Amino acid sequence: MAAQNGGTTNGGTRWIGTRPVRPDGVDKVTGRARFGADLHLPNMLVGKVLRSPHAHARIRSIDTSAALALPGVKAIVTRDDFDDLPSEFVPAGEMLINYRDVVRNVMAREKALFEGHPLAAVAATSEKVAKEALDLIRVDYEVLPHVLDIDEAIAPDAPLLHEDMITAGVEPPPSAPSNVAKVVEFAHGDVEAGFAEADVVVEREFSTQPVHQGYIEPHSCVASFAEDGQAELWCTTQGHFVVRGHCAKLLGMEVSKLRVTASEIGGGFGGKTVVYLEPLALALSRKSGHPVKMTMSREEVFRASGPAPGTWARVRVGVTKDGRITAGEAELKYQAGAFQGSPVQPGCMCAFAPYDLEHVKVTGYDVVVNRPKVAAYRAPGAPQSEYAVESIIDELAKRIGMDPVELRLKNAAREGTRAAYGPTFGPIGLVETLEAARSHEHYRAPLAPGRGRGVASGFWFNIGGETCATLNLGEDGTIALVAGTPDIGGSRAALCLQTAEALGVDVEKIRPLIGDTSTLGYTFLTGGSRTAFASGLAVIEASKDMIGQLCERAAKIWNIPVDAVEWADGEARPAGANAGEFDPLTLADLAGVAGKTGGPIVGRAQINAQGAGPSFGTHLVDVDVDRETGRVTIERYTVIQDAGKAVHPSYVEGQLQGGAVQGIGWALNEEYVYDEYGRLQNPGFLDYRIPVCSDVPMIDTVIVEVANPTHPYGVRGVGETPIVPPMAAIANAVEGALGIRFTDLPMSPPRVLKALEEAHIPEAAD
Amino acid sequence: MARAHVITTVNGDPVEFLCDTEQTLLDVLRDELHLTGSKEGCASGDCGACSVIVDGRLVCACLMLGVEAQGHSIETIEGMAGGDRLHPLQTKFLEHAALQCGVCTPGFLVAAKSLLERNPDPTETEVRYWLAGNLCRCTGYDKIVRAVLDAAQEMRGG
Ligand code: FES
Ligand code: FES
Repeated sequence: MAAQNGGTTNGGTRWIGTRPVRPDGVDKVTGRARFGADLHLPNMLVGKVLRSPHAHARIRSIDTSAALALPGVKAIVTRDDFDDLPSEFVPAGEMLINYRDVVRNVMAREKALFEGHPLAAVAATSEKVAKEALDLIRVDYEVLPHVLDIDEAIAPDAPLLHEDMITAGVEPPPSAPSNVAKVVEFAHGDVEAGFAEADVVVEREFSTQPVHQGYIEPHSCVASFAEDGQAELWCTTQGHFVVRGHCAKLLGMEVSKLRVTASEIGGGFGGKTVVYLEPLALALSRKSGHPVKMTMSREEVFRASGPAPGTWARVRVGVTKDGRITAGEAELKYQAGAFQGSPVQPGCMCAFAPYDLEHVKVTGYDVVVNRPKVAAYRAPGAPQSEYAVESIIDELAKRIGMDPVELRLKNAAREGTRAAYGPTFGPIGLVETLEAARSHEHYRAPLAPGRGRGVASGFWFNIGGETCATLNLGEDGTIALVAGTPDIGGSRAALCLQTAEALGVDVEKIRPLIGDTSTLGYTFLTGGSRTAFASGLAVIEASKDMIGQLCERAAKIWNIPVDAVEWADGEARPAGANAGEFDPLTLADLAGVAGKTGGPIVGRAQINAQGAGPSFGTHLVDVDVDRETGRVTIERYTVIQDAGKAVHPSYVEGQLQGGAVQGIGWALNEEYVYDEYGRLQNPGFLDYRIPVCSDVPMIDTVIVEVANPTHPYGVRGVGETPIVPPMAAIANAVEGALGIRFTDLPMSPPRVLKALEEAHIPEAAD
Repeated sequence: MARAHVITTVNGDPVEFLCDTEQTLLDVLRDELHLTGSKEGCASGDCGACSVIVDGRLVCACLMLGVEAQGHSIETIEGMAGGDRLHPLQTKFLEHAALQCGVCTPGFLVAAKSLLERNPDPTETEVRYWLAGNLCRCTGYDKIVRAVLDAAQEMRGG
């Protein structure tokens, strides 16, 4: 085996931690980059979806005859065009989905279960004709009473979304169906014994509203079916292999007959890990014989694609006077939307993850309601439960007169801590983020009168998983890197840097691309903050594979044994004096003679990445509250997070900043407004207000690096953790400013005003 | 209904096209002229991803009809780089990593160019308010604002 030192010099890194311009950058600043909606094919039709105007209705019949007769209409699909599928759970992002539900979510069968639920799809020669055709489709509904909120859904006489849903996870199983799909529990120790040791116990209820991922690019795809049953699909997705699997299942195809290409993706945040339009476009293309393009309007994105769940939580935490947390208990209820599968399980697992607790118990309920099926959104499930817990930690700190960072430090999870959800942590960086917060200038800066400062920590697991990568060596020594994880925020740069480091070559010599589903083996999606870690491990493995071949070629040229060759700083060298005297051979030298020394050189890796290191963060925020308008202004914000090792620090900072600002929107503004009929009233960016540039200050970042031991350079995922702490940090800051604790999100101006008024009621009543 | 014949200028070149009267300028740019650099994020004037400059004014292409382009001069992201040279804003966006997914980027660049044409030395607050019509869900705006301020400085010769 050839000696390999990974191409690093002096044990340090040459490329990891540098900030080159991203390889796909120029395409993105010139408008060249092709996103989901940017593909035009000859003879392409436009597909449009007819959606339910009712939140809950039995579908008696669908008559498409008049629509089909309209000139220009080439195909219509309804529930009749999709075979029913049996119950089978498969992973999607960090959550599981059931194919029986997926086929119903993309096209309603027995019932429409939310406003916006697809009932039919039309392919026509123009968007105008397609829309006219939608108006001609006659649907006979039996409108049913609906449930939007958890309380309504779990009431004893609630209308049922699924008449056969028996709550899982309860022994003995209930005899009657309900809207509670599942109950989960994580516990260790004896919480009542723990509370008995506490000097102060705080218990509160919290609620959060559904929020949308808010990616700026709507869902879009182009499907093209050939007469021989082979199909191509172009779509904006976080995981084209996952899309292939779902679509093949729904259309009854072999996966090898469906080639899926991931377009550039205009944001996803978890929301593009599932299929909506793709199976419909494929079915329309199969039926019409034309390529079919489908794109959601922004309104459709809001009405029919997955938000993060609205939630209810009751949390109870006890602490001794000297700041030891003795027990934590939580009950969490998460909206799943129309089909089971809210992220309540990760919500439960994350709730107390930042703390080393002897006694902990968390119970979660997955509740179906007549809203769109939720989808993953950045650390799915964690922001809601950790918001509740981190609010209570803040309150406890105040009650015992201890600095909130100090209280967290005293109880922080560290290496060797048994996590509240079971496993024992390896090296983790929570303590380091808290120490960095405590010593940060922001934490000690004087606070203007009337302002509040808040702090909160957050946790996310991060994942690994099935991943392939290929490095194709060109004849001039440059490399084409093929990865299978769509690049959602600059990961191609991170993969090139890791390859450059592993091979010891200039990063400029590596050109990356995201291969389609036929160019690589199965690769799980971009999600779970796994890409820089898992595709990173894959390109490092592929580099090792290539180095092995390069050393063999050098050995052949020098006519010495391969184990007398070593690879260092991007060249093959004789390993020590005994190996002989030869001039080093660079990558370009070896590439140029590859044909004469054994043929093309290709480095490959197919791995199932294990050991993704969890990531912790701590956020600091200063707020000002306008007492007349109720508007909360973020005056200063600092994100501190453990990245393990920041491969491209600019893009790590970008993840921290972007996650924080999404959290600011979640905390202060974003919510869905429904009318009494279960119809969404704010399906647009004007009324569903995400933060704009003038709403926020610069977002300071501190990257802490506690190496992940399972990755050669120490990398951990970073993308999701930053959305976890903001809601509690901001609520804690608002409490500091007003003395009012907000337990219901968002803290929007009307709610803040109302709370200010209510805070004065006792005075008025006196 | 017969399609309308429109003669206009796009990125300095004379352009003719046929369009339906209800097609927006954004539809025309993307679907008829295949200039897909301008993006549709909302079609309601709320996201700025479709930003173009019409006779020197910043406009949401989704709020203007294709037929209204008649006789006017349209600048899109595709015309921003000069030959093989990027505009300083484009260079600074790359250097500052002011994009993650990049779907908002064309709109931000066009809007920022329009800002710097009328105000070559904006304050951070002025940049933030000028760009408040452009949504970015990925970056938290920090690096975008820095890139614009840095480009402004460079363009002033500083
Ligand atoms: S697409 Fe024009 S403003 Fe959003
Ligand atoms: S970079 Fe993704 S929306 Fe701005």
